[in-house]
Amino acid sequence: MSQGQIGAELRLVTPGMAIGPLSGKRVGSGALAQNEEIIATRLGWVRELNDTVSVDPINSTYMPRSGDLIIAIVAEVRNNLWFMNVNGPFQGLLPMSLAPWKVEFGAARQHMGIGDVVMARVQEVDECHNVVLTMKGVGLRRLNEGSILSVPVNHVDRIRGNNNETLHRLREICDCRIMVGDNGRVWIDGNAEGTSWARSAIELASKSGHKLSFEAELSALENDAPKRGDA
Amino acid sequence: MGGYGDVKLLREDGLRLDGRKIDEMRPIEIEAGTLPGADGSAWVKHGLNVAVAAVYGPMEAHPRKIQRQDRCVIDVRYNMAPFSTSDRIRPGYNRRSREISKVTAEALESVVICERYPRSKIRVEIEILSAEAGTRCVGITAAAVALADAGIPMRDLLVGVASGKVEDTVVLDLDKAEDNYGQADLPVGILPNTGEIAFLQMDGDLSPDEFNLAMEYNFKAAAEIHDIMVDALKRRYEGGEN
Repeated sequence: MSQGQIGAELRLVTPGMAIGPLSGKRVGSGALAQNEEIIATRLGWVRELNDTVSVDPINSTYMPRSGDLIIAIVAEVRNNLWFMNVNGPFQGLLPMSLAPWKVEFGAARQHMGIGDVVMARVQEVDECHNVVLTMKGVGLRRLNEGSILSVPVNHVDRIRGNNNETLHRLREICDCRIMVGDNGRVWIDGNAEGTSWARSAIELASKSGHKLSFEAELSALENDAPKRGDA
Repeated sequence: MGGYGDVKLLREDGLRLDGRKIDEMRPIEIEAGTLPGADGSAWVKHGLNVAVAAVYGPMEAHPRKIQRQDRCVIDVRYNMAPFSTSDRIRPGYNRRSREISKVTAEALESVVICERYPRSKIRVEIEILSAEAGTRCVGITAAAVALADAGIPMRDLLVGVASGKVEDTVVLDLDKAEDNYGQADLPVGILPNTGEIAFLQMDGDLSPDEFNLAMEYNFKAAAEIHDIMVDALKRRYEGGEN
């Protein structure tokens, strides 16, 4: 059986590769236990935290989970609900009762049409992957300005950084409003130069987010950032 | 596949017409992530076979009647390009490509952890750009690398490989002449880490001993191809993370 790079700090594993012996460890996402061994099920990096072994996938599709903060796009409008594109395999459903406005039956189109972008939260996901969204909550609203970027879902944490440190740093540098959805969509709003720089920083994260050199590349990009008040 | 009496497929020195030993594979090259627009993709060159596979999804399965409430479906489309052989192939689906698409989908369904994506569909497109012999095996290998590249959870990397019989001798990895004029062909899909078989077809006749020898060759070759597949995936993401 092929082995991951055991003993090394970096362990890129492919599906079917043995990560190591089970020996009392818990099996997290991206792995399974088979014949007292932990086997990777996805292409990604092995992560061991609190005796739980999991694989952080290099590529993955967004699978909504209850409580996720996402940036969704209206895909269809009915009399009393909106179907939202959540950047996943299934559309999410936003009923008028969970919209931030008082919506009369048949008047959903007056509030949001196809293509409108919103900040929403995943209210509920059932076992058949039916997704219900809500816009009731602090900060949940329609995004009327700015632009949207898509990044790989597994790089969202990288863009945010520990305790949102990287995200705060990006906001500070470019003087823009940036919001990162758990579904891999990033909303940027600000002056033209700042937005342009923020886009390149986010694109860098989506391209090189998994690489060791990411921090250094981001720091190099920081030197090209527009000075505050330039615009 | 009954053999064509006077066609010589083995040389007097015991080697095959292209100079390979009887248990030697054609050279194989694999690259992952060759199509930037796909969720996952792979390019495989195996001898004169060239295959490209693209994976899209998981996505909502349409029409709804194909949805399965507890798992995803894998929709495979295998196609040979009109220019893939010296005789132009009429474009579009035919009986052969339909059969290969079906068996490939069934093989991949046994490897992919389909329960993760209920009601969804994973679309796998396999295009054979150049064909020599054993294109279904090359297609399966390319599809497995593309699925891994797309981040689809799988129990193992499925490897497609074939053995056969020519002039009453069991040989590994048939080329075009051996495929056309040989006595048997045994393509299999193997999970190298567990030794399971996800797909097996046999054309022609093999005795039990010949079958066992052919499977021995297949398993040995599958391990070699698996290493090349892993190497291709690792090469794509070299640089590591911190």
